[in-house]
Amino acid sequence: MSRLAQGGRIDRSKKLRFTFDGRAFTGFAGDTLASALLANDEHLVARSFKLHRPRGIVGFGADEPNALVTVGKGAYATPNLRATQVTLTDGLEAFSQNRFPSLQFDLQAVLGLFQRFLPAGFYYKAFFLPSWKFYEGMIRRTAGLGRAPTEPDPDRYAHRHAHCDVLVVGAGPAGLQAARSAAQSGARVMLVDERDELGGDSAFHGGRIEDRPAPFYLHDMAAQLAALPNVRVLPRTTAFGYYDHNLVTLAERCSGGELAQRIWYVRAKQVVLATGAIERPLVFPNNDRPGIMLAGAARAYLQRHAVLVGQRPVVFTNNDSAYETAFDLAAAGAKPIVVDVRSHPDTQLQTGCARRGIELIPGATIADTGGRMRVDRIEIVPHDNSRRRRVACDAVLMAGGWAPVVHLFSQSGGKLRFDEVQSCFRPALPVQAVIVAGAANGAFDLATCFAEGARAGVEASRRAGHDAVVIAPPQVADEAGLRIEPHWRVPDALARGKQWVDFQNDVTSADIELAARESFCSVELLKRYTTTGMATDQGKTSNVNALALLANAVGKAIPDVGTTTFRPPYTPVTFGAIAGTARGDLFRPRKYLPAHAAHVKLGAHFEDFGGWQRPEFYLRAGETQEVAIAREWRAVRNGVGLFDGSPLGKIEVCGPDAGIFLDRMYLGSASSLQPGKLRYGLMLNEHGTVIDDGVFARLTPTRFLVSPTSGMALAISARFEDWLQCEWPELKVAVCDLTTAWATIAIAGPSARDLLQRAGTDIDLAPDVFGHMQLREGTVAGMKARVQRVSFTGEVQYEVSVAWSSGAALWEALFAAGEAFGVAPIGIETWLRLRIEKGYIHIGSDTDGTTIPADLGFAVPAKKQSDFVGRRSLTRPDALRADRFRLVGFESIDPERALPVGAHVLPAGCKKPPALLDGRITSSCVSPVLHRSIGLGLLKGGLDRRGEIVTLFYEHNTLSARVVDPVFYDTQGARLHG
Amino acid sequence: MLLLDCPFCGVRPEIEFACGGRSHVQRPGPPEQVSDEQWSAYLFFQPNPKGLLRERWRHVVGCGLWFNVERDTVTHAVTQVYEMGAAPAETTP
Repeated sequence: MSRLAQGGRIDRSKKLRFTFDGRAFTGFAGDTLASALLANDEHLVARSFKLHRPRGIVGFGADEPNALVTVGKGAYATPNLRATQVTLTDGLEAFSQNRFPSLQFDLQAVLGLFQRFLPAGFYYKAFFLPSWKFYEGMIRRTAGLGRAPTEPDPDRYAHRHAHCDVLVVGAGPAGLQAARSAAQSGARVMLVDERDELGGDSAFHGGRIEDRPAPFYLHDMAAQLAALPNVRVLPRTTAFGYYDHNLVTLAERCSGGELAQRIWYVRAKQVVLATGAIERPLVFPNNDRPGIMLAGAARAYLQRHAVLVGQRPVVFTNNDSAYETAFDLAAAGAKPIVVDVRSHPDTQLQTGCARRGIELIPGATIADTGGRMRVDRIEIVPHDNSRRRRVACDAVLMAGGWAPVVHLFSQSGGKLRFDEVQSCFRPALPVQAVIVAGAANGAFDLATCFAEGARAGVEASRRAGHDAVVIAPPQVADEAGLRIEPHWRVPDALARGKQWVDFQNDVTSADIELAARESFCSVELLKRYTTTGMATDQGKTSNVNALALLANAVGKAIPDVGTTTFRPPYTPVTFGAIAGTARGDLFRPRKYLPAHAAHVKLGAHFEDFGGWQRPEFYLRAGETQEVAIAREWRAVRNGVGLFDGSPLGKIEVCGPDAGIFLDRMYLGSASSLQPGKLRYGLMLNEHGTVIDDGVFARLTPTRFLVSPTSGMALAISARFEDWLQCEWPELKVAVCDLTTAWATIAIAGPSARDLLQRAGTDIDLAPDVFGHMQLREGTVAGMKARVQRVSFTGEVQYEVSVAWSSGAALWEALFAAGEAFGVAPIGIETWLRLRIEKGYIHIGSDTDGTTIPADLGFAVPAKKQSDFVGRRSLTRPDALRADRFRLVGFESIDPERALPVGAHVLPAGCKKPPALLDGRITSSCVSPVLHRSIGLGLLKGGLDRRGEIVTLFYEHNTLSARVVDPVFYDTQGARLHG
Repeated sequence: MLLLDCPFCGVRPEIEFACGGRSHVQRPGPPEQVSDEQWSAYLFFQPNPKGLLRERWRHVVGCGLWFNVERDTVTHAVTQVYEMGAAPAETTP
């Protein structure tokens, strides 16, 4: 056990049992999974992504590249969690990933033997014959992270929106001081931190603030803030995205209660980023063995969790910050050695080591390490290679300097600059309302962190409109700077073995140098070619080292190489949290027809059409889908059918200029239409492309009812508004979308008139009085109604509209009246097939983004009085080409076989692709009435090729079809007008 | 996500709005006098400035009205908002 008997901030009275790969362990309340594993001497926790090398815990928090685990089982499993950020709970089950059959014995680790044959970009070099697809499955199985659970996530998540004056991200000394300063001005403040315990890394220091131990002082500060009415403190909450106009997204891991996580959308007037800094590893040979970790992390495990990560640790550093770690470890009973790459460390530090009996080896580096499942020895070599020395050890603690966490600042659009003295990227130019303070701003001593925090809090609250007075920051002892000396890697002359830069992606210094030699010199290309800085940790520990090595390799300065783009999220966010409550029935609102209950009773099979739950077809006992559709089909052709068309768009366009307006919006004149009459029109965009069709009825001289395609009503009324408000504000027109004010039932078939008559109406239905394409207002079955004679089926058809609230009553009345005529309810699938027999197009199915009216057989009236949208485009040279794709009918040579929608027409003489597209099938059906297999489609040259037999290609099969006119049924329209 | 100051409803988040692209675009006409070249230039060639851009937005789930927004395409800072049909104030970039 590496747990100390005393110290740390854990509750030794609360023992927690947990398992890792099925083996039982115990920890204490206050542990993370990582600290509990280390306390149990479990250093080997993962296998690397590509090469399956044994890997251990490196960091303490969000920076962890190696210790990715799956927590929970079955539906509750969450993969790829950082063990360093998993709060230990009683009964927790965790599993290692990417190993077979076990962590200790991983068969795929044999890949490591071939490592020199697997350099950067080796996928691109090796796996292209016969094709990448040939290898992809195998490679994806070998390389990988955790498995996503296959069952639905049973956890609950929620989203919440919040506003504040000042959002402070990070509750270390700078963040706490900023929040305190802002809060005393009266500003509304939110303070968020990703850890359980507030105080930042300073809570792991042995130092003192205002003459009290640092952690106690910082905890009190946080508690006092949380008690203020104008401050909201959120621990366990990661700010993961910084978007435009100061929108910051947070992921809160809820403790207890019903919610697993909550996503916050915070719109802050001002943001203070006090996100701290991440320690950088040093790059040296075989620096990836378990037991090799960051110095700051080792100190944190000691101070926070009372875990001593090694009895004989080697602290390997290029700066001053690691000495405190060595001193703390010595105080806890370990026998550390310090290897400092600098030849002349500060004399105070030298004396400090001497006083504690710590051996200090300056001016040296580590040339190699050993130990299979945990580091057990290192080889130390002076820079002049004068003498090599082997030292036994049980941990190596790396201190390569600190990288400010600039991720959110960069996401906000801010620019960075490289600080040569501290060798790190620091925030330079902000773009949004943001202030950076503390270590995130490159301040690595406590006094400066407090001072910057105080200033940031005052400035942010002032900018947010609150008066703040600077309160004196707490008194702390002065600290020297880092006095860092860059040591980007061990020179080849000294090194023995690969030097790892990115632990998560198995990238070595040699890979980066190879990429540079192969001209992948841009940092963005380097990232993609070597995969450095990719995957779940996004290079939090590795990016600066990789940049520095690239800069060296191409002979540039680090700032000239630049950085890759930082993108959200800062740490991975589980999909369930992103979805929130928008799943299952709540994914989006479902819209129901007024007669929904009646459809359910009739055996309707529902499908989502543009958000509407619509009957697709109605199943009777023992029927299959196709049998039901054929039955409904014959009912419309031989008797009568009822179709619930309530979602049909109904837009009223009113005003003295309504006719002129519609003339400009449609191909098809409205102003010449008589009241009580209907007309069909095509709507075009400015390119002349047909984007919708519809029918408009003139109710009165100043009032039109426009019926666009169902599902397009919102878009079309928005389009009307667009042109009215922005292009023709002089027109006196008002537009109102009444789609859901009116329910509409269509009656179609030879017995339609008889049915409507029997239902009872005061409208004269005689065909010579109320003809096709006319509208009447009156009553139907005692309800105030509008009745239109239009037809999508080719039969006599009445569309009866009543108030939405009377829709169910209308359906019942019409259905009862229809029983004498053997009425059948008709589903939308049958409806859409019936129209194919008549060659009625469905915009978006039978047309695409290039279809113009002429392609559909609509001539442009040469002398239409007014201009209309899209007209000028109809005479562009491209619109006049003879070989355009134009609408035709197709008939399968085999009458039993349906023409597959999407099948391509091969050019004449071609039997097999590749070939240029000559046409395609857009709609098809096998008609149970005509006993023919028919379809519509677009064909180069269109009906000029009438009678031609063409070859269709679909899913490696071919079949033959004849090009015919696109009207298959009642070609003269006698039934329609009957 | 932008915050836009609708001239009729006040400051609202971007999800309430729809963007209609560049404003103050002059459509060449009348159609019979417009050459194919002029029309193609109008249809297919849109400037994509780095810096100030004036564009049309509609407050779809609010008042339903269109208005103009002048926005910096680099920083997304909104420099002015004005009603449809109004002339913009001069802005020095």
